Amino acid sequence: MSDIVKTLHYDVDPKDFDSVGEASGKTKNVLRQLGFPPEVLRRVAIAMYEGEINMVIHANGGTADVEISPKQIKITLKDNGPGIPDIEKAMQKGYSTASEEARSLGFGAGMGLFNMDTYADELNITTKIGVGTTVEMIIRT
Amino acid sequence: MTVSDLINKLDLKLVAGADGLDHAISGCYICDLLSLVMSNSSSGNVWVTVQTNINVVAVAALTDAACVVIAENSQLEPIAVSKADKEGIAVLSTHMTAYEIACKLKDVL
Ligand SMILES: Nc1ncnc2c1ncn2[C@@H]1O[C@H](COP(=O)(O)OP(=O)(O)O)[C@@H](O)[C@H]1O
Ligand SMILES: [Mg+2]
Repeated sequence: MSDIVKTLHYDVDPKDFDSVGEASGKTKNVLRQLGFPPEVLRRVAIAMYEGEINMVIHANGGTADVEISPKQIKITLKDNGPGIPDIEKAMQKGYSTASEEARSLGFGAGMGLFNMDTYADELNITTKIGVGTTVEMIIRT
Repeated sequence: MTVSDLINKLDLKLVAGADGLDHAISGCYICDLLSLVMSNSSSGNVWVTVQTNINVVAVAALTDAACVVIAENSQLEPIAVSKADKEGIAVLSTHMTAYEIACKLKDVL
């Protein structure tokens, strides 16, 4: 798209439960400064935070790229983790393979992909076992 | 009502994020599962939880919570304290259970 006003790039640290949410938080602040309405900020924050968490608790971290244009926000989350064997199952509310440690911190409700699907206008997941997962989300403004 | 008013009315203790004391409060949400808090809480809510890790601050910031109330005397982790200070998210603590807090909130909100 030619009308991209800004692009953002973040590295999401592997297994660092302490910094998860930083990419989503910074993205939300940039969007707020650009004047996007609260409802758009909220949808981006929810969808991106869930994706960011997944890269930390299920994969080995990864990268987050955001393309901001007046009409839409495109978020691309890329990891080199284990991949998702059964996406349909993973999308189900409540399905989770999260570790005890992750659960004790409040993650692992099995709601992440469901929330991403709900709050993004488009959700595209490409995944390959042993290679990684790429999650692409579009939130229209 | 502001976060400061809430502290006085419910006798809560401020443990971090003094810059957020003037945030306005509208309603309350109680849950410890972050995905549910993300999608079901509203901006301006008092978020009551027993979670104490740094992700509490991240979620409170992302959802524009008015403040966080940590129930049952749970101790906010030091790294979470510094993040709450940095983000200006007031975190309050109390010996009360989530239920007791909710009952009191009903009377003051
Ligand atoms: N990036 C990823 N890499 C590998 N597996 C994933 C990834 N994202 C999600 N999954 C799988 O999909 C399941 C459901 O994800 P989600 O709905 O976010 O719930 P939760 O994260 O709470 O487990 C996860 O438990 C995990 O098995
Ligand atoms: Mg998840």
